[in-house]
Amino acid sequence: MNDELKYLSQQVARKRLDRRSFLGRAGALGFSAATANTLLSSAVMAQGAIKGGTIKVAMQGGASTDSLDPALAANSTAAMVNRLWGEPLVELAPDGGLEMRLATEFEASADATTWTFKIRNGVTFSNGQTLTAEDVLATLERHANEDSTSGALGLLTSISAMRAEGDAFIIELDSPNADLPFLLSDYHLMIQPNGGKDDPTAAIGTGPYVLQSVEMGVRFVAEKNPNYWDPDLGHAASIEMTVINDDTARVAALQSGQVHMVNRVPPKVASLVSRMAGVEVHSVPSAGHYVFIMHANTAPYDNKDLRLALKYAMNREEMVEKILFGNGSIGNDTPINASYPFFSELEQRSYDPDKAAFHYNASGHDGSILLRTSDNSFPGAPDAAQLFQQSAAAAGITLDISREPSDGYWSEVWNNQPFCTSYWGGRATQDAMYSTAYLSTADWNDTRFFNEQFDQLLFAARAELDAANRTQMYADMGMIVHEEGGLICPMFNNFIDAVSDDVAGWGPSKGFELMNFYGPMKMWVTS
Amino acid sequence: MSLALKLIAQRISLGILMLFAVSILIFVGTQILPGDVAQSILGQSATPESLANLRAELGLNEPAITRYFAWLAGIATGDLGTALTSGQSVSEAIGLRLGNTLFLATVAAVMSVPTAILLGLIAVRFKNRWPDKMISGATLACISLPEFFIGYLLILVFGVKLGWFPTVATVYEGMPFGDRLQAVVLPAVTLTLVVLAHMMRMTRAAILNVMQSAYIETAELKGLAAFKIIWKHALPNAVSPVVNVVMLNLAYLIVGVVVVEVIFVYPGMGQYLVDHVAKRDVPVVQACGLVFAAIYIGLNLVADIVSVLSNPRLRHPK
Repeated sequence: MNDELKYLSQQVARKRLDRRSFLGRAGALGFSAATANTLLSSAVMAQGAIKGGTIKVAMQGGASTDSLDPALAANSTAAMVNRLWGEPLVELAPDGGLEMRLATEFEASADATTWTFKIRNGVTFSNGQTLTAEDVLATLERHANEDSTSGALGLLTSISAMRAEGDAFIIELDSPNADLPFLLSDYHLMIQPNGGKDDPTAAIGTGPYVLQSVEMGVRFVAEKNPNYWDPDLGHAASIEMTVINDDTARVAALQSGQVHMVNRVPPKVASLVSRMAGVEVHSVPSAGHYVFIMHANTAPYDNKDLRLALKYAMNREEMVEKILFGNGSIGNDTPINASYPFFSELEQRSYDPDKAAFHYNASGHDGSILLRTSDNSFPGAPDAAQLFQQSAAAAGITLDISREPSDGYWSEVWNNQPFCTSYWGGRATQDAMYSTAYLSTADWNDTRFFNEQFDQLLFAARAELDAANRTQMYADMGMIVHEEGGLICPMFNNFIDAVSDDVAGWGPSKGFELMNFYGPMKMWVTS
Repeated sequence: MSLALKLIAQRISLGILMLFAVSILIFVGTQILPGDVAQSILGQSATPESLANLRAELGLNEPAITRYFAWLAGIATGDLGTALTSGQSVSEAIGLRLGNTLFLATVAAVMSVPTAILLGLIAVRFKNRWPDKMISGATLACISLPEFFIGYLLILVFGVKLGWFPTVATVYEGMPFGDRLQAVVLPAVTLTLVVLAHMMRMTRAAILNVMQSAYIETAELKGLAAFKIIWKHALPNAVSPVVNVVMLNLAYLIVGVVVVEVIFVYPGMGQYLVDHVAKRDVPVVQACGLVFAAIYIGLNLVADIVSVLSNPRLRHPK
């Protein structure tokens, strides 16, 4: 590596040179921007995290109707607030595996039905109480209780018994599940003293920060928890989160230096934002996807040829280019992409008006097809529906688009009407994604997909501890959904975050936006 | 005086009746909206079990009429109830939000009302000459632009390019008064530009109307300075229509600023109400609706009373 470039990168790390000039000089020295950026971030990392200061975050997704009860968290702001004051047993690691938080190790019985988690010693809650396995038990009991309103309830239905023994927490399942630890990384499952049964909204936990000021949907201030056990998390002395739901206002706040990081930069303006001085845009591949879903048991979508006709009529490249502005990747009519651990590539389905027309004629369907959409089903959904209308028209298929109000879309249209636009956030594992929405008995089977062979494979894969076998099983399941399912998945969206040059420490992550919502805790203020 | 008193008493009792009617309308409206609070809280992640659990927990299985009267009984004792979504006390949350809204409205009113009246007077003084045309043109241009556009423009120029004022106007408890004032400058200017034209034009029209009168001509013949005639003789007789328009705009500054709140991230009543309508949180929507209706009715009442008091014929009935 060129010594001059290395020297310059250290200058940037010490704030004696700005990033833009550095990239310019690197270009002049004949290095690509990617190389220069990598060198730059390693120089900043080598400088080490700086403690203290205040990190300011602006978040999209947050309303004055939110609750501090982690069980009710349902948007990005609530999920990030949970991570400030609370911690789960395990968390998703950047490599796709798991890292230990309040558990220090876990092991499964040979048949993957009994799981034992060792609970970390010497950790205290922010009220001074010491963390015990009993607290973990109580927390899981509160979420898994059949009367629970927890967003994690659906993940925990296979638990048959739980108990605490000394510093061990033991879960018994009524059917084997090799992925159980992944489920426990869910953002609702923050360990609370006595499980939060006394006061679920107290926001008392073991997390790196303690909430000081809470105004739902407006602003949160948190101070560093002086007794926090992990020196690598929580560098800033305080974190200020502001909810800014308006896209333009959020970007303006970053540009004017009022905040250090924002989530959900609109794809339309991402390239403009990346050209602003002192701002860096991170477009991070995710497992989230934008979908067109048909009820596979409702006429006319109960006809496989019609489903295939619509799948072939979708121009995926065009969607990624015009709806995501390149911030994403094409989908293949399964909910799974390369961000999942046991992923293997299927043959890519591509836009083919001839095949679409062939299957459409074979289906014997006549007349137009009604597609329902709304602005909040995913960003740009009405535009995407129109693009689909055009590409389908080329195959002789007539789509009628009905634009529904955003308000009430999730209760009236999604999972009710036979053909509509929607989105899915990713899940940690194939098993979680498939059991959430593709298993015959799933509550959110929004494509009305009932396939016995698929269900059997799902249960078999869940109990399979051999990685190669599992990969094969998930490939087979992917093929079934790809061929038979009611899902048209044209694209996987990236998370587009933007951070200012005044903070450093950005790194890879799995899960959600802003470094799986740990951005404010893993990054630090440089000036 | 008794006629005026009677009129005022009549207006107040009518106002209270109106509030009743409004509360029924709001309740019916929230019932007509598709979906319910349990569905909205759980959103896309609703499962049939968690929905049933939440409905039972929130008491949504009671018939609507029972819930309405339970709520009405609460109001009568001054209890606005608790928000279904967050479990917080509605009065407490509204108190905070209403305070913020009134603060912004006050700043905007202090900026806009004197400016509008002064500009109106100047326009009358230089009627149909360039200052009049310039004032009318500029204020009408401002009112014709959508408020989000004015807001974004101010953010771009004064927040991002010049850096004079914060683009995010989030105020919070314990914020020093000076910071608070600085934070609301941009939203208050936006609101001022939006309401200026209406008040200015009405002032101009009302005074010009009075200027046709014979006693103005007398004053002119006596040789009084033009501005003095407008200020001392014409304005007092034009107060009634001007006050009506000013009150209408003050009401707008309080109840109609949700777009400005969203753009400037200002934690006022508007955003609070919209969030809770989206979640079908009936107690909060009811309470906000009542507060808004009360403000509207109250300000109109003030306008009526001022009109009555400024009108000698009503002040001194035979």
